[in-house]
Amino acid sequence: MFVRRYLIPRFVQYILVIFFGVTAVFIIPRLLPNDPVMRTIAELRARGASLEPGAMDKIIADMTKMYGLEGTWLDQYGDFWMRLMRGDLGVSFFQFPTPVSTLIVTALPWTVGLLLTTTIFAWVIGNVLGAFAGYYSSSRWAQGMDAVAMVIRPMPYYIFAFALLLLFAYAVRWFPVSGGSSFGRQPSFTLPYIQDVLWHSFLPALSIAVLGMAVWFQTMKLVVQSVVGESYVQYARLGGVTERKIVTRYVFRNALLPQITGLALSLGLIFSGALITEIVFSYPGLGTLLYRAIINGDYNLIMGITIFSIFAITTTVLIVDLIYPLFDPRIRYS
Amino acid sequence: MKVFRDLLRDYRFFWGFWILVMTVVFASLSFFSPYDPGLWGEAPRDMRPSAEYWLGTDSNGQDIFWIATFAVRNSLTIALIAGLVSRVIAVTVGMVAGYLGGKSDRVLMFVSDSLLVIPLFLMIVLLAMLIRDSMSVISLGLLLAIFGWAWDARLIRSQILSLREREFTKTAVLSGTGTMKLVMNEYMPYSTPLIFSTLINNMAWAIGLEITLAILGLLDLSIPTLGTMLYWAISYQAVLLGRWWWVLTPIVLSIFLFVALYWLSVSISEYLDPRRRIQRVGVG
Repeated sequence: MFVRRYLIPRFVQYILVIFFGVTAVFIIPRLLPNDPVMRTIAELRARGASLEPGAMDKIIADMTKMYGLEGTWLDQYGDFWMRLMRGDLGVSFFQFPTPVSTLIVTALPWTVGLLLTTTIFAWVIGNVLGAFAGYYSSSRWAQGMDAVAMVIRPMPYYIFAFALLLLFAYAVRWFPVSGGSSFGRQPSFTLPYIQDVLWHSFLPALSIAVLGMAVWFQTMKLVVQSVVGESYVQYARLGGVTERKIVTRYVFRNALLPQITGLALSLGLIFSGALITEIVFSYPGLGTLLYRAIINGDYNLIMGITIFSIFAITTTVLIVDLIYPLFDPRIRYS
Repeated sequence: MKVFRDLLRDYRFFWGFWILVMTVVFASLSFFSPYDPGLWGEAPRDMRPSAEYWLGTDSNGQDIFWIATFAVRNSLTIALIAGLVSRVIAVTVGMVAGYLGGKSDRVLMFVSDSLLVIPLFLMIVLLAMLIRDSMSVISLGLLLAIFGWAWDARLIRSQILSLREREFTKTAVLSGTGTMKLVMNEYMPYSTPLIFSTLINNMAWAIGLEITLAILGLLDLSIPTLGTMLYWAISYQAVLLGRWWWVLTPIVLSIFLFVALYWLSVSISEYLDPRRRIQRVGVG
């Protein structure tokens, strides 16, 4: 029953979404009026390369092949999927001939590192604060924190990042304005290098973490407030269960369930995460990679990042959907 | 009117409403601007805020105060176009799916679910690159409208699903009321507050995306918007060079706009249904 009514339709949707998404990514750049091959050659010429007519034809043929632009659209489309299945996303037009997948793999640890730490950190702190604020919701500090969250919450993370940047890097000058590490430093697993990276990541991390904390704080506070009012909590209190046990076992545990699914979902969004924050702080992750790709008109790289995100996000959402019942026994697929 | 007066008693609605009114007044000052927003170098470059240039000037030689009035006007226009057009789609899809049910419901909900799972932002980036040369306030609004309806269509659908089960639906259908009339006269009044609160959320989303696309350089950068102001500030390294006033103005204006829209929407949805507070705050 579960398999037929839920699992199969959900899986069909997963496949179809990837199929349509990737197809759209294939079609959209081909609607563009300009030809990437001719443009690359124009760029080479603009940089002062002189080419003989014969060599020129050869280069055009090679590039057409390399960019996967040979034959009819249908041939190209089939070829596109074949290469995709092998994990080949083509070569970057701008950083020719580095494969797109290499560029993504280089940038990915920065983005995942930044977002994974901040998301989990924000989740823990936000939930703890939210739980206490929800339990003691009439106290003054709980209301004060609620007011702060009401102001921070609606800001997009990059607007908040800018505000922090103006405050700390400019007005107070506590933290460096940009970069993933100090200029010219070799990556290594030594303490000074790690300190350096952390120092430079601090502001982007802070902007994402504080915003995330506001979100988790608000949801947790509301859930705890509603759980405290439930009759089983009142019953336990009347039955003489200790306050401590009520808080930990009865209230927080139940309130935490929806938060865990929320965490899983937001981990899925990590891949398209904090693009603009990265640009604002010139942080060397996927966002900055995308930014450069757009500036340079590097379609292959943009397509690669998009396809990578389609796979990553749809897969995570699928996994979250499927393990939902493990977190929350109240949900059953029947 | 009574609803409005009730809502104004909530401090969030009160402040949200008045901040928004102030923003609109600020935006309409652009009609009296002494400068043409399309021209650069009309004012001296990189001046600090002073009596003559209230908010300073930027490296393009534009007076930040007056450019900001145009920026807010354009950003609000983009958001309104995106919000209103996507409301038409969301309401149609939500009502058809909710009222007809069956196959059309499944197809429409499949489409909207798919839109929710796909990394929309990157799709919009690809499409924006495609129409970059003909990008205007209107075309950007329409582009955002195409993608901004999925979640709201779901909300409207679930409301229609519950309205359909009510007594008055049966009474209306049995007494020969046409479907169109039933939906327009009976369902619309119930759905209006929900549609309005989704409109506000959608506008905030549209302003956010406009800023994102502009920072990525995907808009017509000669049109002043909150996003293009930030784009120029970033590309001239305003923060590094200590020209804080250039960044401060669009940031403060955006913060006011986002907070005002959020407070309005929270206040309206709490007014609609106190139990929805949890969901409302939950889904970012």
